[in-house]
Amino acid sequence: MELTIKYFGMLTEATEIDKESFTTEACSVSQLLKKLQSTYPKLQNVDFKVAVDQQLVTLDYIISNEAEVALLPPFAGG
Amino acid sequence: MNSYNSRYHRQILLPEIGEEGQQKIATAKVLVIGAGGLSCPVLQYLAAAGVGTLGIIDFDHVEASNLHRQILYGNSSLGKNKAVAAKERLSDLNPEITIEAYPEKLTPKNAISLFSKYDIIVDGSDNFSTRYLVNDACVITNKPLVYGAIFKFEGQLSVFNYLNGPTYRCLFPNPPKAGSVPSCAEIGVLGVLPGIIGSMQANEVIKIILDIGDVLSGQFVMYDSLTAKSSMFSVQRVDSEVSKVKNLASEFKNTDYDLFCGINTVKEISALEAFTRNESLFIDVREASEQPKIDNLHPKYIPLGTIEQNIDQLDKEKEIVVFCQSGIRSRKAVEILMEHGFTNVCHIKGGAISLSEYQESKIA
Repeated sequence: MELTIKYFGMLTEATEIDKESFTTEACSVSQLLKKLQSTYPKLQNVDFKVAVDQQLVTLDYIISNEAEVALLPPFAGG
Repeated sequence: MNSYNSRYHRQILLPEIGEEGQQKIATAKVLVIGAGGLSCPVLQYLAAAGVGTLGIIDFDHVEASNLHRQILYGNSSLGKNKAVAAKERLSDLNPEITIEAYPEKLTPKNAISLFSKYDIIVDGSDNFSTRYLVNDACVITNKPLVYGAIFKFEGQLSVFNYLNGPTYRCLFPNPPKAGSVPSCAEIGVLGVLPGIIGSMQANEVIKIILDIGDVLSGQFVMYDSLTAKSSMFSVQRVDSEVSKVKNLASEFKNTDYDLFCGINTVKEISALEAFTRNESLFIDVREASEQPKIDNLHPKYIPLGTIEQNIDQLDKEKEIVVFCQSGIRSRKAVEILMEHGFTNVCHIKGGAISLSEYQESKIA
């Protein structure tokens, strides 16, 4: 299936892009993350939460075709 | 009903506010955590709007590198405590409100009694330990938390713990690995960004006070200042995360949030303080050849690389003060000692260089 993936904050330093189309057979969030982490090994060293179609989801969430997936890291700066 | 002077005329004109709304603003009590980049605009707008009681807690002092974004301060504030300097400026901006400055560090020991005095808490802190502490204290005291945070050109905004909405831990249950998220001090920040996010936080506070619009509860905003785009994500309350905090309420005062965030806090003392430590054991962790020697402190000479072999000859009962040339190796040595169960241990900021400069300044 075809997904749009958005990266925020320090995650863009791991991926060197902030948005991409990603074709994958993965269907759960955890499966997708494995794929993304093998494409961008530096993603293994950073913490983030996942939103699908603007909704925060857990790792077992099943993603549907053409979904927009956002990877959201915590910020601490003030 | 109070009749307000012209100060608030333009906002009272708004039918959503009116005299009644102004009265709500005048009786509101808001505590702002930190008086840095985010908090400066929060404090300015809330003071100007006439928020009746504003609390400001910050232990830090104003430095020149703060001035490009911490726009409450000027050259005359340099070296002053931020809470105190903010109060001075805000008292001029609006002398009709009460401003409480707390020139101290927010800790689990003082948080509960402090938060209990206020209606709304604004997080303008700059580190994860404080952010988790603030969240937990808000859950325990049942106060809404107006959250803002920044990273380079991006900002985050949400309102947590509002009318049983999600909390910070429902979004981020655990802190990231220590050191994995750099701070503004490490990677820089443009002054306008905390200005934007802080202003948005002030706006959420006003909405909560007036009960107007849609408070940003259950919603998490990501703002990118380079594209001027924001994305909004919905967040659900996770009851297990909230009850975990509530169940810990009795233990809260003893919680070590630095430890929770994986930070080993290394205690640091100045050269001046070092010379007042008569009872302490000093350790010079430099190599034997390094100069200048600081004979006045009568240190033991244990190079950093051999500290673990020599650990048995150190007395855990005594305070141990470590130094090196500039303060980098000594910090490492303190970390090693702490790993071996030493608790009464610190290092000297600036190392032998600072110590010898201090000695020379005393002679001169």
